[in-house]
Amino acid sequence: MTGHIRHTAVFSLLLLLALLGNAARVQVLEASALGKNPANRRAAIARYAEPRGDILVDGKPVTGSKDTGEQLRHERTYRDGPLYAPVTGYSSQTYGTSFVEHAQDPVLSGSDPLLAPFPFWGDLTRSRPAGGDVATTIRASVQQAAYRGLAGRRGAVAAIEPSTGKILALVSSPSYDPGLLSGNGPEVSRAWARLNGADAQPMLNRAVRQTYPPGSAFKIVTAAAALESGVVDDVDAPTRTPEPYLLPGTRTPLPNATKGCEDASLAYAIQWSCNTVMANLGARVGLRDMVATARGFGFNDPGLRIPSGVTASNFDTDMSPDQLALSSIGQFNTTATPLQMAMVAAAVASGGDIRSPYLVERVTRSNGDLVAQNGPRAYRQAMTPVTAQRLRELMVRAVEEGTGENAAIAGATVGGKTGTAQHGIDNSGLPYAWFIGWAQAYDAPRPGVALAVVVEDASAVRDDISGGGSAAPVARAVMRAALWGP
Amino acid sequence: MTATRAGTSAPEPRPAPRPPKRRGVELSLLLGAVAICVHGYVAVGLARNGAVPPDAVGYGAGLGVLALLAHLAVRLRAPYADPLLLPIAVLLNGLGLVLIYRLDLQTPLDRAAPAQLVWSTSGVALFIVAVVVLRDHRILQRYAYISVTAALALLCAPIFFPAVNGARIWIRMGQLSFQPGEFAKVLLAVFFAAYLAVNRGALTRAGRLIHRLRLPAGRVLGPIVAVWLVSVGVLVLERDLGTSLLFFGLFVVMLYVATGRTGWILVGLLLASAGAYAVGSLEPHVHGRVEDWLDPYAGIESGQGAGQLAQSLFAFAAGGMLGTGLGLGHSTLIGFATKSDFILATAGEELGLVGLSAIFLLYGLLVARGLSAGLAMRDPFGSLLAVGLSSIVALQVFVIAGGVTGLIPLTGMAMPFLAQGGSSVVTNWLIVALLVRLSHSARMPLPVPVEVGVHAPAPAVRQ
Repeated sequence: MTGHIRHTAVFSLLLLLALLGNAARVQVLEASALGKNPANRRAAIARYAEPRGDILVDGKPVTGSKDTGEQLRHERTYRDGPLYAPVTGYSSQTYGTSFVEHAQDPVLSGSDPLLAPFPFWGDLTRSRPAGGDVATTIRASVQQAAYRGLAGRRGAVAAIEPSTGKILALVSSPSYDPGLLSGNGPEVSRAWARLNGADAQPMLNRAVRQTYPPGSAFKIVTAAAALESGVVDDVDAPTRTPEPYLLPGTRTPLPNATKGCEDASLAYAIQWSCNTVMANLGARVGLRDMVATARGFGFNDPGLRIPSGVTASNFDTDMSPDQLALSSIGQFNTTATPLQMAMVAAAVASGGDIRSPYLVERVTRSNGDLVAQNGPRAYRQAMTPVTAQRLRELMVRAVEEGTGENAAIAGATVGGKTGTAQHGIDNSGLPYAWFIGWAQAYDAPRPGVALAVVVEDASAVRDDISGGGSAAPVARAVMRAALWGP
Repeated sequence: MTATRAGTSAPEPRPAPRPPKRRGVELSLLLGAVAICVHGYVAVGLARNGAVPPDAVGYGAGLGVLALLAHLAVRLRAPYADPLLLPIAVLLNGLGLVLIYRLDLQTPLDRAAPAQLVWSTSGVALFIVAVVVLRDHRILQRYAYISVTAALALLCAPIFFPAVNGARIWIRMGQLSFQPGEFAKVLLAVFFAAYLAVNRGALTRAGRLIHRLRLPAGRVLGPIVAVWLVSVGVLVLERDLGTSLLFFGLFVVMLYVATGRTGWILVGLLLASAGAYAVGSLEPHVHGRVEDWLDPYAGIESGQGAGQLAQSLFAFAAGGMLGTGLGLGHSTLIGFATKSDFILATAGEELGLVGLSAIFLLYGLLVARGLSAGLAMRDPFGSLLAVGLSSIVALQVFVIAGGVTGLIPLTGMAMPFLAQGGSSVVTNWLIVALLVRLSHSARMPLPVPVEVGVHAPAPAVRQ
C-alpha cells in the first residue's frame, strides 16, 4: 500500500502545482489585461478614491470635490459652473470628461506620472498621488464681463492676449452647470438627456467648437491679402470697383449695406464695410494668395489645440471666381470659430505674428510644487508688420468713426471690425452679429486684448442684429475688463 | 521485515530510542499562527477604519486560548501527533476569520464573522473532544455500517428541505443551517476505509477476467459501489456537484490505494468524464457554469456586465504579485458568495500571488502530513482513513480553488477552514482531529512486545 499512497501524494502534488501555476497565470501574466478590462470597476474606484485636483481661475479654484461615501467616492463640484463651463468642461462619473477636465485629466485625477515625487514612485508603491491643480489663463473679470454682456443670448466670446496667446475669456451662451453631470445616479442621466436634447444646445462650446460664417469680419483677412499681394498699395486710393458690382462670370449683383462704396478706397471699405470693394479685391488677389493668407491666420488648421481641440475654420481651396468673391466677404463656404476670429484680431494687434492660444498656464502638485508651465509660443506669421500697422489704422478708424463706434473706450485705442453674416437657405436665417477687435490702453506699450464676439440671438428683431448694434457693446465691456479689471 | 521480531541475535531486546514528541515545536508554531492572524486583524482595522480594532486583543486572546486548549488536549492525549497539523488548522481558520471580518466591514447588512467565530469555537471543542475521547482510531472500524447509514441519511435529509440558491444541500432549522454533505464525507471516508481494509485481499485477487481487466467478485465490490452510487446519485439530485465530484474522487483514490489496481483509476476517470459530460450538457445550472468557465467574459461582450467568475479573475489579477494589502482590495465587487465560495479571491487580491501561494502551500502541507501519517500507519484501516481524509482536503481545495481561478468549471464548495460556513468549519476540525489521532498512532513507539508471536497478525512496522 505504501507505493500507492506515494502515488496519491504525487497526484496531490500535481494538483497543487496546477493551482500554483494557474494562479501565477492569472495574477501575473494576465493581470494587466484583466486590469484594463472595461468591466473591471477597480480603475474607476481608484480614480475617484481621492478628491480630484482643482482648476484655478485667477489662482482661485472654480471646481471642488464632494465626498459621497459611495463606491465611486468623490464627485466633482463647480463654483460658477455655467460661467466657466466652456473652460472647465465637465467631469462626470457617467459620461467622462471634456475640455480642460479632459485635456488635463491625468493631472487632475492623479494618474500623471509627473505628479509622483520620484520617477517610478507610483509603480513601486502602487499608490496614486493626490490630484494636481491646473491654473488657467482665464481672468475672472474678463470672463464675467463677456458672460454678462451676452446676457443669455445665444453666442460666444473669445478673448486673448495678443502678445502671449493667453486666453483671457472663453464664453459660450446659453451655458449649463457641469455639476449636474458629476455623479452616476439617474438624475445625472436625466440631466444629460435634457441638456443634449435642448434646442438652445447649452453644452455646445460655441467659442471653440462651433463655426459661423464670419461675414464682414473676414474682410480684415481679405484686406491683409490685398496689401500683402500688392493688389492695394495705398489704402486711401480708389479701388476701381463699380456699383452695382456683378460677381465675376455671373449676372448676380452684390448688394451693399452702406452707401458710398462705388470706387471706394480700402480704408473706406473697412470703415463702412463695403461688400463690393472687398469682394472685388478678393477676386483680384486670386484664389492662391487668398488661401495662403487665410491659412496664415489659422484657417484650415485641424490641429489647433488649447489644449482641447479647436474645430477647424474653413476657407475653401478650390473655388470659381464668383465663389472666391463671396468668400472674401466671409460668405459662401467660409466659416470660423470665434476663437479663430479673435486670432485674426490678435494678428493685427501684435504686428502680424500670431501666438498659439493657450488656456493652461501652470500645473502644480497638490502642495503647490510646479510640475509644468506654459508660455508664449509662435503659431503663424499672418502678414508683415507693415501690413499689420496699416490694418491697425483701418480698424481704429472703423471704431472711431465707422460701423464699430459702439466699441470705443475712453482711455484706450480700440480697433475693430463688425460683421453681419447672413446664413441659411436664401439667407432666410437670422443673421449672426460679429465684432472682432483689440484694445490698447494709452499708457500700455502694446495691445492688451484681442477678441471676437458673436451673437446669434434668434429672439432679436432682425434689424437690430448687426455687428455694431449687438456685438460691439459686449466687446467693449470685455475689453474694458481686460485692460483695467472690473 | 519486522524490526522487533524475536530477539534471537540480540542478547536482550533493547528498548527502541524514544522518538521525539515535538510538542514544543507545535506550541511555538501555534503562537506564530495566532500572531499572524492578530497581525492580519490589526492590518484590516488600520486599512479600513484607520484604527486598530478595539477588540484586537480580545480576538488574539480568544484565538490563543482556543489554540492552547487544543494544544493541551494533544499534549495529554496524543503526544506523538504530528506537530504541524494543529498549527496549520489554527492559522487557516484564523486567516479565514480575518478575511470574513474584513468583508463584513463592507457588507454591513450581512455580518458573518461572529457566527463563524462561534462555529470555529465549536469546531475546536469537537477537536478536543475527539482527541480526548477517541483513544484508538481502530474503534471507528467497528462503526463502519453505522457510519454509512448515518452518511446516507444525512445526504438524503436535505431533500425534505427547500432549496437554497438552486441546490438542495442545506438543512435549515430556524436561524441555524448546515450542510449535511460536509459531515457525510467524513463518515463515508470511515466506511470506505473500514470496508476496503477488510476486503482488500478479495478485491485484488478474486474475480473473473474480462479481457485483461480482472473484475473482483460482485459480492465484494457490490456493496461499496452501491453506497458510492447512491451518494453520488443523491448529490446529483440535490445539485451539489462539488460534493459529488469529491465523493467520486475520494472513492477512486481509496480504491486505488487499497487495491493498487490502476485499472480502477481509468474506469473511474472514464465514468467521471462521462458523468460530467452528461450533467454538464443536460443540467442547465451546471451547463451555465461550464459555459462561464469556457468564456468568463462572454457576459461583458454581450453587454450584461462581468459575471461572477470574471469578477473573481479581476480580483485575482488586481492582487498581482504582492497584493493590495489586507482591507484595500475590492473583492466585494464579486457580489454574492464572496465570503463562502469566493473567499479565496479576497486572499488573492489583498495578499497577492505570494499570499495565495502560501495558503496553497499550507493546504499542501496539511495534505502531505496526513498522507505521511497514512504511510506510517501500522494498520490498513488507519492508512486508508488517513489517505481518505487527506484526499478530501486535497480534492476539495483543488476543486474550489481551481474553480474560482478559472482552471476548472466552478462548483459550489467551501474552502476548508477559510470559507464562511458552520458545518464546513466543524467538519474540518473533525478531520484534523482524526489526522492528529492517526498521526499519534503512527508515530507512537510500539510497546516492547512481551510475548512475541502471540499477536502474530499485528501489522508490520514500515521502515
